[in-house]
Amino acid sequence: MFEETPHIRQKLRVETTAKSLFLLMTVFIIIPLVLIVTYMIYKASPVLSLDFLLSKPIRGMRDGGIWPAFLGTLYLVLMSLCIAAPVGVMAAIYLNEYAKDNWLTRTVNLAVINLAGVPSIVHALFGLGAFVIFAGIGRSILAAALTLAVMTLPVIITSTKESLAAVPMSFREACWNVGATRWQTIRGIVLPNSVSGMLTGFILEVSRAAGETAPIMFTGAVFYKAIQEGDLFAYGLLDQCMALSMHLFTISTQVPDVPEALPYATAVVLLSTVLAVNALSIGLRVYIRSRKKW
Amino acid sequence: MVAEKPKIQINGLAVSYGTKPALKGLSLDIHDHEILGIIGPAQSGKTTLLKVINRTIDYISSAKVQGTVTFEGESVLETKDVHSLRRKIGMVSPLPVGLPLSIYDNVAFAPRAAGIRDRKKLDPLVERCLQQAALWDEVKDRLSSLGTKLSGGQQQRLTIARALSHEPEVLCLDEFSIAIDPVTTMRIEDVLKELKEHMTIVLVTNLVQQARRLADRTAFIWNGDLIELDDTDVIFSDAAKDQRTKDYVNGVFG
Amino acid sequence: MITRKQWTTISEFLIETTIRICGISAIIFVFGIFFFVFREGAGFLFSKWEPLKFFFSTEWYPTSVSNKRYGILAIIAGTASVTVIAMTIAVPFGLGAAIFISEFCTGKLKEFLKILIEFLAAIPSVVWGFIGLMVMNPLIIDLFRVPIGLTALNGGIILSLMAIPIIVSISEDALKAVPDSYREAAIALGITKWQMVYRVLMPAAKNGLLAAVLLGVGRAVGETMAVLLATGHAVQIPGSPLDSVRTLTATIAAELGEAPVGSDHYQVLFVIGIFLFTITFVINLTAYLIVKGIRVQHGES
Repeated sequence: MFEETPHIRQKLRVETTAKSLFLLMTVFIIIPLVLIVTYMIYKASPVLSLDFLLSKPIRGMRDGGIWPAFLGTLYLVLMSLCIAAPVGVMAAIYLNEYAKDNWLTRTVNLAVINLAGVPSIVHALFGLGAFVIFAGIGRSILAAALTLAVMTLPVIITSTKESLAAVPMSFREACWNVGATRWQTIRGIVLPNSVSGMLTGFILEVSRAAGETAPIMFTGAVFYKAIQEGDLFAYGLLDQCMALSMHLFTISTQVPDVPEALPYATAVVLLSTVLAVNALSIGLRVYIRSRKKW
Repeated sequence: MVAEKPKIQINGLAVSYGTKPALKGLSLDIHDHEILGIIGPAQSGKTTLLKVINRTIDYISSAKVQGTVTFEGESVLETKDVHSLRRKIGMVSPLPVGLPLSIYDNVAFAPRAAGIRDRKKLDPLVERCLQQAALWDEVKDRLSSLGTKLSGGQQQRLTIARALSHEPEVLCLDEFSIAIDPVTTMRIEDVLKELKEHMTIVLVTNLVQQARRLADRTAFIWNGDLIELDDTDVIFSDAAKDQRTKDYVNGVFG
Repeated sequence: MITRKQWTTISEFLIETTIRICGISAIIFVFGIFFFVFREGAGFLFSKWEPLKFFFSTEWYPTSVSNKRYGILAIIAGTASVTVIAMTIAVPFGLGAAIFISEFCTGKLKEFLKILIEFLAAIPSVVWGFIGLMVMNPLIIDLFRVPIGLTALNGGIILSLMAIPIIVSISEDALKAVPDSYREAAIALGITKWQMVYRVLMPAAKNGLLAAVLLGVGRAVGETMAVLLATGHAVQIPGSPLDSVRTLTATIAAELGEAPVGSDHYQVLFVIGIFLFTITFVINLTAYLIVKGIRVQHGES
């Protein structure tokens, strides 16, 4: 009674073909990721060590480690987070808790989306024009961190907004009903229950900021700067600094005769830093989902 | 019927969400120390009425409110201090809302928001509210566990305890029994009868018989209009003036 | 003396004001970006800028001693060529992967694939550029027997891998937004899953898919470091994918460091910045409007 007609059989064949095709496409996206990472680690293995991370480049960056660049990236990332996090969180609170559905809110939302889509090199031009030249900060860690902060602001706004929106409306209404003010409601109920979601956003910001090159190229990062090995406080706020991403760019294009393993190892350190931070954010997200309070 | 100065006076109240009207020029008085039952089909504007009384309608940006509402002679719609107003009115929502805080903190939330931080004052207050809401005996040993982990019926009583924590003069309940079992409903109904000694109660309900059991007077609201308001005995008898009221309480529609 | 109540009112007011100011910060920054980039480029834009020559001349000689010429047609062609190559690869693969993840797999596998796609999105652009330079370059030289592998093709492939995660995640969102009732209704009619995807889901989600593609284009046009390293840096209109090219973004990145602040060359680079900003602004605006269109259509508030 339910016999397959040739027509149905042909349709099912199309279905199987389509499915396999899509699977194949997905696999083709994943494969380069795996292959490239493996290949890079293989190429980097001769120099990859803790010593590589903790020592400074020598012989015109043709030997030695990456400590100044690693430390510089750390400085830039943490400082940009310190600038972007409060502004971004408050912007998200505004959008999710205060904003009415009017033209202003729509404009802000549009601006957030656009800010996320501005090319990084345009952010670099902005940072140069606004912070380095107009504000007179000069090329420095501060100017570069400000540029990175503006660039990563949408990441924080979007993820914070999502985690705020996940707090049920009824909680807010319950608080308003007992005479709590808006801010008391936000502080007492909304923020404590979305803070872990916000954290995910912060971590994503860190991963994004750590990998950026263009925005810091003209605002604060330099090819080479000598600092003391192992010194955690080697850079001042208004100093220029080295950065991992910039260092990778420098030794793979600007300096001749660099042994091949060196840029590979730098790339691996940068990549694994960024991916580890990203994995942390994913892990946190899974953890939050597993222990919801309501 | 006691001839008293009304606690809450509502005059020509019209509310619309965008272009959709929710209340169309409704007027009614709420007396001191009575239980006023408000019945009517879904979407007839009952919840909107409560939201206007405690001004949480402010948070719905599309809502437009016209008319006057006074609380003890003071204008509700024009008052600057909405937070104090809301503390005079306890509000219990249809679905139980345990805040993701401990049971203790749930009840202490409002007093704390009002600035009471002294544990010596909070402890007896929390105990009294939980007792009034008939929840104390069940939770007194685990006040620090999460309010959201209680059962639905318990959470609803927690919600009532929280609404009592700021010592309101009027307690509004919005279809409080919608998500809880009949036994718990009966317990809460007993609680309400006792609370009547201390405060005015506005009971919005989808259960016609609940209004009959509890209310001193009952208002029938339909489609944003007040159809009839009278003593409960009258509404539930042939003496009801409007045919629609008779039909609704007899289950012909709604 | 201030009473407690007054204090609450005052602090509430201060906090609200701060929040409102931060709330519109995104608008301030978008305008700020435009303003400051414009400010640096304005001097050239208003005195020496010749739009016709700027857009339609292929002669880019900003450092010539005798006759400086600023024509960006070849550079626009460079950006266009890598973008087209990138999209030719990224659109089918991105949509295919999105459909596979959204409709053909479930549970652990789905989570796993989504995480991998997220990782792909997280790889820094300078690392992509490095891959183009060190891995793809010799590969292309070997495969196509060309003298140099830093070509439009190289940049395009790299860019496609960078654009795919965006296309996948936004397309997947768009497919997820199609109500399940559509799927159930379609399956109940006895059609196969592929027919459902093709006849029901794709039409229903077409705006979201279009927005995904647009945002992918935006990413490709605006990408800097990867193309700077992978495309070979030759200002020319490419005759084939195996020619070296130079993009708008790479031009700024490569030359800004050497152009003296305030010089014509320096200002022209900012004018290119304005041009880039405008392109991506239009792309993002369009995508936003398309996505908003879907919300209205599905009756969400």
